[in-house]
Amino acid sequence: MVRLRGVAKRFGNGVLALQGLDLDIAEHEFLSLLGPSGCGKSTALRLVAGLGGISGGTIEWGAAHGARDIGFVFQEPTLMPWATVFDNVYLPLRLQGIGRRDAAGDVAATLAMVGLGGFEKAFPRELSGGMKMRVSIARALVTKPRLLLMDEPFAALDEITRIKLNNDLLELWRKQSWTVVFVTHSVYESAYLSSRIVVMAPRPGRVVAEHHVDVPYPRDEEYRTSTVYNEQCRVVSRSLAVAMQEQPA
Amino acid sequence: MSAEGLERAARVVLPAAIAVVALTAWDLVVRLNQIPPYILPGPMLVAETFWSDWGTLWPAWVVTLRFTLMALAVAVIGGVGLALLFAQSKWIEFSFFPYAVILQVTPLIAIAPLILIYVENTHVALLICAWIVAFFPILSNTTLGLNSADHNLVNLFQLYGASRWQVLRYLRIPSAMPYFLGGLRIAGGLSLIGSVVAEFVAGTAGEGSGLAYRILEAGYRLKVPRLFAALAMISATGILIFISFSALSHLVLRRWHESAVKREN
Ligand SMILES: Nc1ncnc2c1ncn2[C@@H]1O[C@H](COP(=O)(O)OP(=O)(O)OP(=O)(O)O)[C@@H](O)[C@H]1O
Ligand SMILES: [Mg+2]
Repeated sequence: MVRLRGVAKRFGNGVLALQGLDLDIAEHEFLSLLGPSGCGKSTALRLVAGLGGISGGTIEWGAAHGARDIGFVFQEPTLMPWATVFDNVYLPLRLQGIGRRDAAGDVAATLAMVGLGGFEKAFPRELSGGMKMRVSIARALVTKPRLLLMDEPFAALDEITRIKLNNDLLELWRKQSWTVVFVTHSVYESAYLSSRIVVMAPRPGRVVAEHHVDVPYPRDEEYRTSTVYNEQCRVVSRSLAVAMQEQPA
Repeated sequence: MSAEGLERAARVVLPAAIAVVALTAWDLVVRLNQIPPYILPGPMLVAETFWSDWGTLWPAWVVTLRFTLMALAVAVIGGVGLALLFAQSKWIEFSFFPYAVILQVTPLIAIAPLILIYVENTHVALLICAWIVAFFPILSNTTLGLNSADHNLVNLFQLYGASRWQVLRYLRIPSAMPYFLGGLRIAGGLSLIGSVVAEFVAGTAGEGSGLAYRILEAGYRLKVPRLFAALAMISATGILIFISFSALSHLVLRRWHESAVKREN
């Protein structure tokens, strides 16, 4: 779906965040980008979304894509505090020039999908952290994107909420035919969710290992406590540990 | 009474008590020292003057208020207009902002005579004077607000291919609202000061004279009680303006902004 070859990114202040990054995003996969803090995961994700220019290499899309085809979920909910839940989720459609009436059905359906039916009129400050994150996810989903990019969306949430949202996300991903790229620094989260895990190393950011998690979906709480899951976590942990000791290329 | 109710009552009762004490002290000082009214009138005499001089004071107040509001309106239009222009391009902002600062830091009292020389119509000259003092907080606050939209939200708009106008309409203007309203509150007071100072400098007599002229006039004629009454009216007007804009700000922001929402913990 998207092919990155030798991608480099140098920021204005001289920091070389990425260099020689090769990454293929395949249709319908659940891909996790795993790596230590500061290794350029967010930067890579933003480049895929077309935010900020690249300093080297190429990013190719398999098919033409429009503004509706990408959904982006930030690490923080990033909602507009002055707008209701409805208006926040309606935003991407509004920017596409779709009228409020015509969008109402899609917005309501998307909110119901993330379990927030009935909260249309609430303001972000009236919601809990987990609910805000769901609004943010609903906003990313409302255009029915083909590619969903998520930057540590659940990092700030408590364990229980995170597990719940993990399960919801998996279910949604299986039902719809999306491609998901999920940035995380949690081995456990990536091993639970992903069909494929790419491990990145810092300074400069690049891919150093790749794992296929060959465990069939649906995955549920049973998987979370299974020995198969434990084994996956162990393997991924080990390659993350290697990545962190990796000498700068 | 609940702790909250007590606090709310204290907010009214305490300043009122201070006022009563101060007025009584003032009254006693005047009485015991037998100070003549043309030097310091007692509070009762000032209150009586409101009544007896109402025919002069009321029209003057209307003139001052009208000037103040007109100056404020022009300041809002000018300040917001310039801020929107600055928001279009950094280069425009870089080019003109220093001049706005110069206009702001030069004391009005020093420029007012010049303006009165060059602008023939006194009313227009007064308006320009009041505008010079009042527009800056609106300009600088609105500019700051327009530029302080959440960085990630800006990216999100970009991702969805939003036009410049959409970014302004749906992101920058709402982000700027609390800043603008803060500026408006300051500008309200300043436009009153501006119109009073300008009138002092211009010293226009006759039909269209405001409270400032009445103060000058009362000073010359040693009608000190009237001077005090006019002064009290100016203060009251300033307070009224401040309260109105605070209420407006609260009304606009109460649904979402930290400054106005009531948090239930
Ligand atoms: N806007 C920027 N300007 C300059 N340097 C930046 C910018 N954004 C990121 N960097 C630098 O690029 C490197 C990679 O940052 P990035 O945010 O992609 O890391 P990350 O892997 O997402 O880390 P984390 O897990 O902590 O979110 C860091 O060294 C950071 O200092
Ligand atoms: Mg990051």
